[in-house]
Amino acid sequence: MNKTVIFLLDGEVIEGSPGKTILEAAEDAGKYIPRLCAYKGLAPHGSCRVCTVLVNGRPQASCIQPIADGIVVESESAEVRELRRGVIEMLFVEGNHFCMCCEKSGNCELQALAYRFGITAPRYPYLFPKREVDATHPYILLDRNRCIQCGRCVRASRDVDGKNVFQFGGRGAGKRIAVNAAGGLGKTDAAVIDQAIEVCPVGAILRKRVGFRVPVGKRKFDHQPIGSDIEGKAGPTAV
Amino acid sequence: MSETLKETVGEVCRSVEFDRSRMIDVVREVQKRYGNVSGEAMELIARELKTHRVEVESVVSFYAFLSEMRQGKVVIRLCNDVIDRMHGADRVLAAFEEELGIRVGETTPDGEITLTTTACIGMSDQAPAALINDVVVNHLSSDLAREIVWELKQHGNPALLVKNLGDGNNASELVSAMVKNNIRHRGAVILSRAATGQGLETALAMTPAEVIRNVKTARLRGRGGAGFPTGMKWEFTRAGSAAERVIVCNADEGEPGTFKDRVILTECPDLMFEGMTIGAYAIGASLGIVYLRAEYAYLKRFLESVLDRRRSEGVLGRGICGLEGFDFDIRIQMGAGAYICGEETALLSSCEGVRGDPKNRPPFPAQKGYLGLPTSVNNVETLCCVARIMEHGPGWFTALGSEQSAGTKLLSISGDCKRSGVYELPLGIPLRELLKLAGAEDAQAIQVGGPSGQMVGPDAFDRTICYDDLSTGGSIMVFGPKRKILEVVDAFLEFFVEESCGYCTPCRVGNVLLKKAVAKLISGKGSQKDLAYLQSLAETVKKTSRCGLGQTSPNPVLSTLENFRSVYEEVLVAGEAGLQHDFELSRAVSQAARIAGRTSAHLHP
Ligand SMILES: Cc1cc2nc3c(=O)[nH]c(=O)nc-3n(C[C@H](O)[C@H](O)[C@H](O)COP(=O)(O)O)c2cc1C
Ligand code: SF4
Ligand code: SF4
Ligand code: SF4
Ligand code: FES
Repeated sequence: MNKTVIFLLDGEVIEGSPGKTILEAAEDAGKYIPRLCAYKGLAPHGSCRVCTVLVNGRPQASCIQPIADGIVVESESAEVRELRRGVIEMLFVEGNHFCMCCEKSGNCELQALAYRFGITAPRYPYLFPKREVDATHPYILLDRNRCIQCGRCVRASRDVDGKNVFQFGGRGAGKRIAVNAAGGLGKTDAAVIDQAIEVCPVGAILRKRVGFRVPVGKRKFDHQPIGSDIEGKAGPTAV
Repeated sequence: MSETLKETVGEVCRSVEFDRSRMIDVVREVQKRYGNVSGEAMELIARELKTHRVEVESVVSFYAFLSEMRQGKVVIRLCNDVIDRMHGADRVLAAFEEELGIRVGETTPDGEITLTTTACIGMSDQAPAALINDVVVNHLSSDLAREIVWELKQHGNPALLVKNLGDGNNASELVSAMVKNNIRHRGAVILSRAATGQGLETALAMTPAEVIRNVKTARLRGRGGAGFPTGMKWEFTRAGSAAERVIVCNADEGEPGTFKDRVILTECPDLMFEGMTIGAYAIGASLGIVYLRAEYAYLKRFLESVLDRRRSEGVLGRGICGLEGFDFDIRIQMGAGAYICGEETALLSSCEGVRGDPKNRPPFPAQKGYLGLPTSVNNVETLCCVARIMEHGPGWFTALGSEQSAGTKLLSISGDCKRSGVYELPLGIPLRELLKLAGAEDAQAIQVGGPSGQMVGPDAFDRTICYDDLSTGGSIMVFGPKRKILEVVDAFLEFFVEESCGYCTPCRVGNVLLKKAVAKLISGKGSQKDLAYLQSLAETVKKTSRCGLGQTSPNPVLSTLENFRSVYEEVLVAGEAGLQHDFELSRAVSQAARIAGRTSAHLHP
């Protein structure tokens, strides 16, 4: 089983261990493929589509697609970048994101991706949905206005915390995060230390009263773009 | 109340042996008895099935036929498909609203009747049509709608609305429906003769591998839309060392404008079950599931009686046809109102009692399908073809149809034509010939393959219906010279917005954006650059979506941009580049003006 899988990523030969996804194998090789729903330690979800690559010319989500010998993967081409950019912009217009007054700003993966892609304003019209805020829990805030339906909280609560606090409700544009109690999050057994609370990539699940403990300017993505840790180099990458 | 609810839920859950994977059956039954699945019921169901309340909520809120809010004892679901609208569904809706004194989406104050609309119910050949609970009412007019309401107010029993029974088995006691078959042309494979059972006997005399080889030699490809070679699918499902395998018959028939499976289910269920049994033998399955769309609930009792008869005849159950060790049985799984559940992996999710979200591939159903078992999902018509291939041999089958596409295809034709209905014709038939048969020679546009297919104009009428040219799962919609193409596109996008499962970003958001963009053009506010925007948005959705729904939902836009460019160009406003024509200054500042308590004489003359 020591045999490695060899494939091409943007023209470079990459060796990966069998069973890995394209996204993981790329990461092992120091190549960052943007992602939002994927999270280390959680089962892949394949929902955000930000990790889209072309495999032998066909679009695939790299977080769920296993590597295979001889595949030709295109990740940083103009075409792929444009597709990803479109998907990121959709996530912005789908919710209600006002970064300037969001506690997550600077630590937010969606915002950081927008910076990485040089998005200043989305090309799509804002949809301004009406979404519910759930403040019933003493220590946790659930603000669906910023939820991007990535399902990280669902998977973490079920598979790591063993609690099933979160699950999706509704469908289509009406899809939303539901919680395991009629009376809201405060009536569930969600705890502030749960992994489900930790993994939210955006400001949809927030711990109350600690929002500005780390000041703006010292936050995760304030000085280096998202993905820099994987690429192993600080400072802005060529975009 | 609470006590009886508790007892009912207990009883319903016991009937499925507290099997969590039978959740859809449980919530459907609770919905039927109470008119909703309340929060309290969700708690109780979760407890009985050893799951979580939020899991039950997630299922109930997914399917259109389930609801947390209490619905009336009678639910009127008027089909709002584009074909039904062309035949006056809007007037029918207005009549229902007026007569009931409520708006669509509401329930009468006495809690008796709910009025709602629904996507295509598979009756485009007898449109406008509606479901009243499980009862199909067809050929509706505003007068008929008023009469129906009047009657329902008298007796409240939808079954009494059935007046003139349809033809064939629609008139049988177990179906008792007004539905018409509208069979216009009987082809050699499916509609011309009754099932003989000979195919199954021939198959059982062969080895499973030989059966698969025959299906491959016949070059049979899936009739459900995707056209995957059936023999190859079976070979994949058979490969591997699983102890248990499953064959699923896809009777979800949700593609708008398709109703051919309805006719097979009504007139040829034996042929379908025979094909399914042959499939089970070929892949080594002992469990079969027919996934029947909720809209076809009126056929369930009839289909169950056919299964019972087959069991008593020894062609289903243990030791089929006396072949020791070949045990196979079939159950019917009802859907609950979701087009996406026709997609094979979403269908499996639904059978497993969860939201009808498609699954990530790999693994493919042939490797890990229903409850993790290797599973083959086949369309109703595909299975019928299998039975005939085994009966008459692959050579007979390939002699029908064209060089590349063997056999016949059932086509459902509806819209602006003189003879809408089901036509079984050899694959490879030119569109023009089909239109002649249906009486649709003056068509302006044909939608081939339903909303997810493509729209073509008269310059394409010499193209042929087959896998390599105009491919279709059966839907052929005809639009006459007076129809507005952009409005059809808009209606199709509305369908996809309604039916997207919402799992992935591009389909969940992109279809809403596509619809907005088309609406802007229709309103006469679009300019040349909006066409480029529409094209690029459609391509993004197509390329990045996760399953077949989002990968095809932009097709109405893309195919009309290509084939009917002029209808877009006609509605464009000419003007300076960079001008945003849908921008209205007075509207843009209206909120600010209201807050400031001032109005401008210039903006509000
Ligand atoms: C959104 C969507 C809806 C579908 N609906 C149906 C359907 O109603 N009936 C059907 O047979 N196949 C449907 N399919 C195709 C199935 O996924 C699958 O390919 C088919 O059932 C396989 O059977 P076949 O090979 O015999 O055609 C649908 C696919 C998609 C993407
Ligand atoms: S969640 Fe992220 S993108 Fe949304 S408002 Fe907050 S910082 Fe901005
Ligand atoms: S709440 Fe956060 S983690 Fe959960 S789905 Fe929404 S964005 Fe993802
Ligand atoms: S493409 Fe649409 S239907 Fe398919 S998974 Fe994505 S959201 Fe669901
Ligand atoms: S990271 Fe792959 S789809 Fe979200």
